[in-house]
Amino acid sequence: MLLTNILRFVAILLLQVLVFTNVGVSGYIYPAFYVYFILLLPFETVGWVLLLSAFAMGISVDLFTNSLGINAAAAVFTAFVRPAAIRILRSAREYEPGIAPSIKDLGFRWFFMYAMILILIHHTVLFLVEAFTFDDFLQTLRRILASSAVTLGLALIAQLLFVKQDKK
Amino acid sequence: MRNLIVFLWRHNFFFLFLLLEALALLLVVNNNYYQRRVMINTTSDITGGMLSTVDEITAYVTLKNANQILSEENARLSNRLPSAYLRTDTAQFFVGDSLFRQQYQYISTTVISNTINRRNNYMKINKGRRHGLRPDMAVLAPNGVAGQIIEVSQNFSSVMSMLNSNTRINAKLKNSNQTGSMSWPGRDYRFGKLVDIPSHVSIHIGDTVVTSGYSHIFPEGQMLGTVEEFSPAPGDNFWEIKVRFSVDYNSLQYVYVVKNLMRDELLQLEKKQLTE
Repeated sequence: MLLTNILRFVAILLLQVLVFTNVGVSGYIYPAFYVYFILLLPFETVGWVLLLSAFAMGISVDLFTNSLGINAAAAVFTAFVRPAAIRILRSAREYEPGIAPSIKDLGFRWFFMYAMILILIHHTVLFLVEAFTFDDFLQTLRRILASSAVTLGLALIAQLLFVKQDKK
Repeated sequence: MRNLIVFLWRHNFFFLFLLLEALALLLVVNNNYYQRRVMINTTSDITGGMLSTVDEITAYVTLKNANQILSEENARLSNRLPSAYLRTDTAQFFVGDSLFRQQYQYISTTVISNTINRRNNYMKINKGRRHGLRPDMAVLAPNGVAGQIIEVSQNFSSVMSMLNSNTRINAKLKNSNQTGSMSWPGRDYRFGKLVDIPSHVSIHIGDTVVTSGYSHIFPEGQMLGTVEEFSPAPGDNFWEIKVRFSVDYNSLQYVYVVKNLMRDELLQLEKKQLTE
């Protein structure tokens, strides 16, 4: 379980800094796909592990993109609200140990809501900290919404790809 | 004391969150304020090495296109050669025995990482201190201004892109020689803003904006862009001019670093002027 998460950390980090960072569509969109790592951490992850691994992911992305602290701040905040988001979202199944926050275990509807809430929160913090001002909030808001949509799409695609693999 | 520790431990999730978030925000603030200094840490040769591998792959894929740009540029550079030389005034006195003395030296480099979708964009290039690069040198793309170096490591340099809120470039209108200041207001990576041109100067859409050469960083007459639209700045006797960049910052690959061989001399002269 630990090894899976470490491998996932490295894979998602590389994917983010080598691919998604360079895919700026029309200058507005910056898909911060690495938040997917925080989404997929197991339910039983202890609080401090959750926060520290999110911080590690954020700061690693920052080191590659010359934006020291910006992604770390957003990632830590996302990790902080994650337990609350999970509590608010009801699911048909209990969050028992062994099941993962995924489409496979909890269904498409649950995962879609879960991913959307956390990605929106993450991108909001990210772009607000980056802009560091509430001036021209409309522009920031547009960037938040557009980028969140792309990241959510990528997260769903990643989920569907892996669900397929598990069935084989 | 014991109670305090128990209290902290019980709410460790919240306090650790506060600690990490404060740390991250501290980094952000320091990074914004002392950007140049903090950049040393991130212009590390480790991340630089990885990024340059990725760039080698993409460079291979776009080789054909790059060749074409290079050959076009070669032609343009040959035409431009005399502008890299300063004409010494032989009518007054003789300095040495040469008519021209080289003022700007061009060093070719490759962009290994570049962003356009932040408010403050930077690029990294694959030459550094070892190749004679220093902070404050100009970086030119084949068809215009790319940015200026803010930090160098042994083999790589960080470049503050034109697309950065801290970038101000001394610019002028090519046909009227009126000088102003060029910056990037954010939003769209294709457009910049030129200010400080007095409103009595007549401007036309399509006018060329070039560097003025007053900063001793950029050579004079480097293309910045063309006037897209203009309007009087509110409550001010100046134009606010929207400029379409001549460079497509989304497709930068080969750039030149410009070394002003006479910069020290010019700066010393200015220093003298100030002290007198």
